[in-house]
Amino acid sequence: MANNQHAAPAPVGGSLVNAVTLSCGVLIALMVAVLAVRFLFGLGAVTGLNDGYPWGIWVVVDVMIGSAFACGGFSVAMLVYIFNKGEYHPLVRPALLASLFGYTLAGAGVIFDLGRWWNVWNMFWPGSINLNSVMFEVAVCISLYIVVMWIEFSPTFLEQMGRHDTKKKLNKAMFFIIALGTVLPMMHQSSLGTLLVVMGVQIHPLWNTPLQPALYLLTAITMGYAVVLFESCVASSAYRRKIEMSLLTPMSKVMLGFLAVYLVVRVGDVVVRGALPKAFVPSIEALMFWLETACFIAPLILIGAETNRRNPAKLVLAGILLMLGGALLRLNGFLIGYETGDGFTYFPTLAEILVTAGMFAIEVLGYIIITRRFPVLPREDVQAAH
Amino acid sequence: MGTRRDFLKGFLASGAAATAGVVASPVLARETRQRPPEGLGLLYDATLCVGCKACVAACKQANNNPAEFSTTDHLWDTPLDTSGYTFNIIKMYRNGTMDVKDQETNGYAFMKTSCMHCADPSCVSACPVSAMTKDPVTGVVGYNADKCIGCRYCVAACPFGIPKYQYDSPTGRIGKCELCRHRYKDGHYSACAEVCPTGATLYGKTSDLLVEAKRRIALKPGVPAKFPRGKLGGPDQSYETPAGKYLQHVYGEKEYGGTQVLKLSGVSFAKVGMPDLPPDAAAAMSETIQHALYGNLIMPFAVLGAMTYVAKRNVKPDDESSDKEGS
Repeated sequence: MANNQHAAPAPVGGSLVNAVTLSCGVLIALMVAVLAVRFLFGLGAVTGLNDGYPWGIWVVVDVMIGSAFACGGFSVAMLVYIFNKGEYHPLVRPALLASLFGYTLAGAGVIFDLGRWWNVWNMFWPGSINLNSVMFEVAVCISLYIVVMWIEFSPTFLEQMGRHDTKKKLNKAMFFIIALGTVLPMMHQSSLGTLLVVMGVQIHPLWNTPLQPALYLLTAITMGYAVVLFESCVASSAYRRKIEMSLLTPMSKVMLGFLAVYLVVRVGDVVVRGALPKAFVPSIEALMFWLETACFIAPLILIGAETNRRNPAKLVLAGILLMLGGALLRLNGFLIGYETGDGFTYFPTLAEILVTAGMFAIEVLGYIIITRRFPVLPREDVQAAH
Repeated sequence: MGTRRDFLKGFLASGAAATAGVVASPVLARETRQRPPEGLGLLYDATLCVGCKACVAACKQANNNPAEFSTTDHLWDTPLDTSGYTFNIIKMYRNGTMDVKDQETNGYAFMKTSCMHCADPSCVSACPVSAMTKDPVTGVVGYNADKCIGCRYCVAACPFGIPKYQYDSPTGRIGKCELCRHRYKDGHYSACAEVCPTGATLYGKTSDLLVEAKRRIALKPGVPAKFPRGKLGGPDQSYETPAGKYLQHVYGEKEYGGTQVLKLSGVSFAKVGMPDLPPDAAAAMSETIQHALYGNLIMPFAVLGAMTYVAKRNVKPDDESSDKEGS
């Protein structure tokens, strides 16, 4: 019981119509318009995709990076329930909510990118599935995780709807749902890296390693904590609430621990494979490698000292840098460091960017609506009503 | 303290499971697959190719593909590369004055681009829904549009850039050479080999084609020799012509564990667009990792067991109290 001195979650309240929600509405409308053209006339009508770059930002940003940004729920749940750090409990619901949106949209976003989406049921059809395919593992695992997360989050809705009996019954099985909710992301976040392995020599040596699953899993966990830092601070400033520094400061130390392990594996791998000289060849790949590496190393300097971890501005900056670093690792592996032959270039079209922006707008809008109407964020004595 | 002890137990359990998985992985390592003994394929000999592109036209016809235009008059089928609608193309290498055929400096050469029908194809390993399959007998890498979800992982995976997608259609398919497997029942074989006037593209069992390829690279350049046309082992359509100056390399013999389409050239393969590939297929490494981690779901269940065990200890009191507080 000592774990539960913290305030219970409560709706933030306030109006749902404001500049942010209206902007989100406009972005979502634009996305719907682009998608109408895409489904009527094909992927070529709106995207810059070609056979040299069959995957663009809808896959790499919306799914690979989007789902890694959505690892907050997984990272915090692991901290609270597996490492038994109950004091972080107030962070679970907001983190889980962001993850829920991130993953549900990543899952839905895949459909936009599938050229033959009406056949997608084959992914779950025993006569069609290919157990050797890394993509199969990713798809099944992400689908399952989305369901698991909705169940994990459902007490929030049940509380608001007054269905306490249902909630109590659900809570009896919740430990298993939570365990599933830690194992499934470990599986697919690592596999998202394994996706690169079969591409073989087409991947630049700086990102071409059989250790992909370890690199992608470690960065997904790190990014999960980074996103929680970011979200907590943004939600605090937007809703004019206290920043939960007493939780964020020690959590950022856990984050740095995972970061340190990642850096040892990453740098060790590049050196052992003999790929390091490639980082000193003047090229866009080398530049991006150093940019990516800088984003991972800077937080160690920035918040390595305990006093700096008590500074909210530095924490947020470190969080943003780590989100950027993880995003760059994925962008570099799948697009910058991917070379299938001469004559192909890819740059996202405005239409592609509008869809990606629309997806993020849905996440922001959903987060606002749910935190204002449902018990997600910890209750504060004086609620800001605006 | 019970929690901590349980936590340690769970941690050790999952650690042991992970170690077991890693230790077992060298044993489980999926070796690069070899060509099936009766596997079918093509032998393309760049020194015999005259660049007439009869094979490109025949391929279009055999696969019912529309013409693709790269000139303003839109009169002729002039694809610049393989695409969702062009499964075979002859490309040209040019250097300097282009005086001598099959010569790297001041010369020119041709190269056929089409599916290599790998012994261990990346596209087949990548495809999540078995739309891309390798026939166990003929070894032909075939495509089934009725299963394909259009994820284009095969496009990304292939080191030869072969499977291609039809981006201009809302119902786009993947397009690639299937060695004219749909024409076998009528007694036909690969259209490109059927129409090739010089035997530069030869159809047959890959094991026979490999013997033929080795015979050719052993020939003395300029000395007349016999060259079969059409189908190796079919009706004799051979003719005599001076042997070309071959590189001592049968492309496809060992690349990625071998391919069923083999190539001979006078100009280095890297210069005519054929990638330098290791003898081990990327699919073997990818599947080794996949099965080391997920084989029979042993690792996931071990970790899930450990996590459930730990979570059961840690979740219960927390939820009940928050339930009271929340209501």
